[in-house]
This record gives sequence, structure tokens and C-alpha cells, in this order.
Amino acid sequence: MTVRIDGPVGYYAAGMNQAAVVEITGHAGVGLAENMMSGLVHVTGSASQSAGATAHGGLLVIDGDAAARCGISMKGVSIVVGGNVGHMSAFMAQAGCLVICGDAGDGLGDSIYEAHIYVKGRTGQLGADCVEKPLRPEHISQLTELLTAAGRPEHPEEFRRYGSARQLYNFHVDHAFSY
Amino acid sequence: MTATTTGPTPTGPTPTGSATSGPATGCATGIDPAAQGLRENATFDRATIAAIRQAAQTGLYDIRGGGAKRRLPHFDDLLFLGASMSRYPLEGYRERCDTNVVIGQRFAKRPIQLDIPVTIAGMSFGSLSGQAKEALGRGASEVGTSTTTGDGGMTEEERGHSKTLVYQYLPSRYGMNPRHLRQADAIEVVLGQGAKPGGGGMLLGQKITERVAGMRTLPIGIDQRSACRHPDWTGPDDLRIKIAELREITDWEKPIYVKIGASRPYYDVALAIKAGADAIVLDGMQGGTAATQEVFIEHVGIPTLAAIPQAVDALQDAGLHREVQLIVSGGIRSGADVAKALALGADAVSIGTAALIALGDNDPALDAEYRKIGSAAGYYDDWQAGQDPAGITTQDPELSSRLDPVAAGHRLANLLRVMTMEAQIIARACGKAHLLRLEPEDLVALTIEAAAMARRPLAGTNWIPGEPSTPPSPPSSAPGQACP
Repeated sequence: MTVRIDGPVGYYAAGMNQAAVVEITGHAGVGLAENMMSGLVHVTGSASQSAGATAHGGLLVIDGDAAARCGISMKGVSIVVGGNVGHMSAFMAQAGCLVICGDAGDGLGDSIYEAHIYVKGRTGQLGADCVEKPLRPEHISQLTELLTAAGRPEHPEEFRRYGSARQLYNFHVDHAFSY
Repeated sequence: MTATTTGPTPTGPTPTGSATSGPATGCATGIDPAAQGLRENATFDRATIAAIRQAAQTGLYDIRGGGAKRRLPHFDDLLFLGASMSRYPLEGYRERCDTNVVIGQRFAKRPIQLDIPVTIAGMSFGSLSGQAKEALGRGASEVGTSTTTGDGGMTEEERGHSKTLVYQYLPSRYGMNPRHLRQADAIEVVLGQGAKPGGGGMLLGQKITERVAGMRTLPIGIDQRSACRHPDWTGPDDLRIKIAELREITDWEKPIYVKIGASRPYYDVALAIKAGADAIVLDGMQGGTAATQEVFIEHVGIPTLAAIPQAVDALQDAGLHREVQLIVSGGIRSGADVAKALALGADAVSIGTAALIALGDNDPALDAEYRKIGSAAGYYDDWQAGQDPAGITTQDPELSSRLDPVAAGHRLANLLRVMTMEAQIIARACGKAHLLRLEPEDLVALTIEAAAMARRPLAGTNWIPGEPSTPPSPPSSAPGQACP
């Protein structure tokens, strides 16, 4: 099924989407494609906060910017943002990929688990336990695939990769002030 | 608490633990210090000393299961006024006293029909074994009531054995998917929990097995500390839209509950009503948890008794009392507690800790095994540790296989039947042909605190603290009147 919407959409557009292709020509409100399971959601404009929150699968493409908490608690979705993302994006991100072609706000990847983050532009202060990691061939390959699927012109080599340092997976008193 | 599990990482018994908060008596020599004239410090009692020593030695705070252990104003502090000259009772074993309750008729096309007003509270697979979840489903279904998922998604054990299943929608959204939403009989949007209002879920690494990790999309063995806020809404106006989304996904069939931890129940209930809830679940601070910091359990939130009248006020002020159902949990142990909660204005109650005890938690027959892990039967609260010899709060296959879900489910059904019959005994004595006809006027308080919180007069007086004295009020319903 394909759903095309000309114009902006409000809260939770394409929420829990399963299998459908949803094309939105315009901006999107809070919780775009939240908890998406599969399928494709493409927004030509920008998205408000919590885009792709807790989403389990599928591909979310935002041509413009995404506000705060993009990809919060994501669980397997792939998100490609053409512009910038706001603070605390990929907060507690569990699995999946967040590709940011612009800049990322402060707190990126705070308390991240096993999700991958790719950023082309600048990052603010990284969130707790989020670190830059080497961009290995398998990541180039993954990034190539996602950029192609999203119709992006950027080259994978221009990106840096971020992920979990895995230092906070189990509580230790010496890390008490890392949070 | 036992001092043996002292923080987020599992630890063994500590030298200070066994003689402090466990079942130990006196000192190691067997001589009672008090008999020698020694006096324990009320401020720095042995449990406090142990906690301070433990913090100093390990750098860890205590995490445990269960609810608040401190003495709190509770249902024990209320008494029923049985019928006498001015009211006539119903025959205890002969006259009908109905127990059914309908939840969710405000907006849902398919409200929940329960045979008894005692439901099973949300408890996750992960915190509990698969066998325990199956037993809860079996027990609840045997007596026509509902059980509830938890912070870990829906399991086949639970869905398959629960005639009526409430599916929790939590901040973490572990395992959340539209298929399970549609398979559920009701949806419970969880904002908070009585043991930790303002806190998120917690499941420590020793219980994050391959299956649990897979259901939650987490690495095996990590300490899971869930979000305390929903990721895509921040207030009642957003929640209204979120509830509309959930209704749309489920074709407006399922009742939508909103669960709150008791802290500011008047405003929380008022806002949940505004957001479109069909029912409110109100969990007081005696409500249990699988794993939470001791300091959180004991120092955040308000007692169940104090929370109910405020919640009822909000429902009445909205003109929706009995239309939006109020389900109360947190320290419900007996039919007397059920009756008192209903008399104060609840439509149903939920049990969690009592249900686990019915399954076999803290069984005296397992005392030797509890002692091996630094606790004792009647004291065991290390539900976070995954070492439960009863096979309930564990993911260890050997331990969990000890629990027979059929027998344990039947024990739970027995408890639910007894609680219901006890509540009926009280209701008939008060002249009520339905449990929901119980009313505040049937109650008096034993303590000033309970009188003030429950807003019932101190027994033998017409004094309610904070309110002008008034003569006893006439009954608000005709005796024997059945509930719709």
C-alpha cells in the first residue's frame, strides 16, 4: 500500500506503520513514524521531535531537519535525515541506524546500546557512553545502502561513526557520575 | 530487604547483613542484649546501621523487589460499620451479593467484563518466569478476571492462558507492536508505578537472558534501566492524541487504561480523564516492583489509602465516577482490603505481591533455600537477583521449572475466590447486594492519620480531621439495592 499526503501532517503520522509506503510532501509533527515496524516513510520537509521513536524496522527518510530526540529508543529502524538533528537524538537507541547528513545537537547517542549513528556534519557534546568509532568497510557498505535507499547524494566516506562505549551497560559505582 | 543483594550487581552475603534485617534474633551468643539492659537506638536501629555499613563498604545502594516496608496508614486502619438498627444486613450465605464489574464503557466498543473486581497487576516476563506468567493467566482466567503484561512485551504463555489480558504501553515500548495491541483485550498506558512514581523500569543483568534480551532488543546480560518518560509525548494534550492513535489502531474496541503511581492523584486523574482514559489504575506506594532502589520505594509516593479519596474527588468533579473506572492497587491482601478500596470509591483492585505469594513466593517450605542466599522465608525480596528458589522471579531454567503453572495458577484462583468471598461477607453485613454498593459511609477510621487520609470519622466520633464535625449521615443507598 502506498499513501501519499500533500501538505504537512500532525502528531504520530505513519505511527506503527507496517509494510506501507507513506510519502509526505511537507513537514511532520511530533512522533513521526513512531514505533514503525516496517515499510518506508518519506518526508520531504522537516520533522518535529521524537521522529522514529522506538521504531523497530523499516526506513524513515526526512529530507529536512529533525528536532530533538530523533530516533529515541529506536529498536531496529533505519533513519536518514538530510539536515540536522536536535539534542538527545538516538537517546537510549537500542538497534538500527541513524544517518545524519547535517549536524547533530548535544547529547547525541546518550545511553546508546547497539544502534549505529553516522554523522556527516558537526556534533555537539556527545551523550553519556557515546563515542566515535572507526568507520570500517562494513559500515561504509551499510551507509552506502542507506544513502542510496534514501536518494541522498552524500558519500559514505564523508561520515563519522558513533556508537556505544559499553561502559555503562552494567552499573558500577565508579561510573556513578558519568550519567 | 536482605543486606545480601546490595545494588545493581549481584553480590553474596555480607557479614553485616544476616544479623540485621533478616530473621536473626539477638546476638551471636544467644543472649538477648535487651535483657542485659542494652537499648537499641530508635534512630540508628540495626537495619539502619547495616545500611550505612553496607553503603560504606560497597559503594552501592540497595535494590530490591516488593513495595514499601515501612508502617503506613493502610486499610487495616479502617473498620466497617456492620448493619444494625438503622440498616439491615443481607443473609451471609443465602442472599445474593454480586461481584461483576465492567471496565471501559466510556469510549471502548468492547468493555472488559470481569466476574470479580480483583485483577492481576502488570508484571513483566523478564521480571517473572514464563511459568509464573502462565500461572497468573491460568489463575485469573479460572475465576473470570484479567491479568496484565509488563515492561517486556506479550508472551505466548500469558496470552495463551489469559482469557482477558491487559497489554501495557510503557515508556520503553519493549516489544511493542500493533499485532499485540490488537490481540489484547485492553491497553494500559503506564505513566508510573506506586513503588516508584517518576522512575522507569529496571531489570538487572542476571535476568536478561537470551529470550528476554531478544524480546526487548537489548544486549544479553546488561542492566536494563528503562526510560521514565514516554518518548513521544510529554503531557495530557499529547496523551489525548496518543490515546486516539491507540484507539485507531485497535478499531476503537479496546478499553484504554491510564496507570499512575500515587503522588498527586487528584491532578493526575483529572488529566488522565481529560486525555480520554476509559479507566484509571492508581498504584499506591505499597505496590510492588521487580527491582527498584530501596530509597525510591520507601521515600517517594503516597500510601494507597491517601490516594484513593483524591482520585475519587477528581472523578466526581468531572462527573465521571463509576463511568471512568478506578482500579486501585498497592498493598491489597485480603477481601477486607478489597471491600475497603471499593467502599472508598474504587471499581476494582489489582494484586501483584499477593498474587506472587499465592504462586509460592516466600513459601516457608523453601526456608532453607532462602537462607542459602542470605534471606529467609517471609523476608525474601531480592526479586531482582534472579535466584528465586520458588521459580517465580527468575529466568534460570532450573529454578523456573520448579514452578508448576497449573498448580500455582489454581492456588492463585483460590486466593482470588477467598478475597471475593471475604469482600462479599463484609458487603452483606453492610446490607449491600453488590460489592460496588459499598460506600464511604460504611467505614470509620481507627487512627487520626487514617481518618484524615480516608476522610472517614475516627471510630466512635463524628470527627474527620480537617472537616467540621457533623452528625452521622444517612445511608446514600437503599439496603439491598443491586448495582447496575
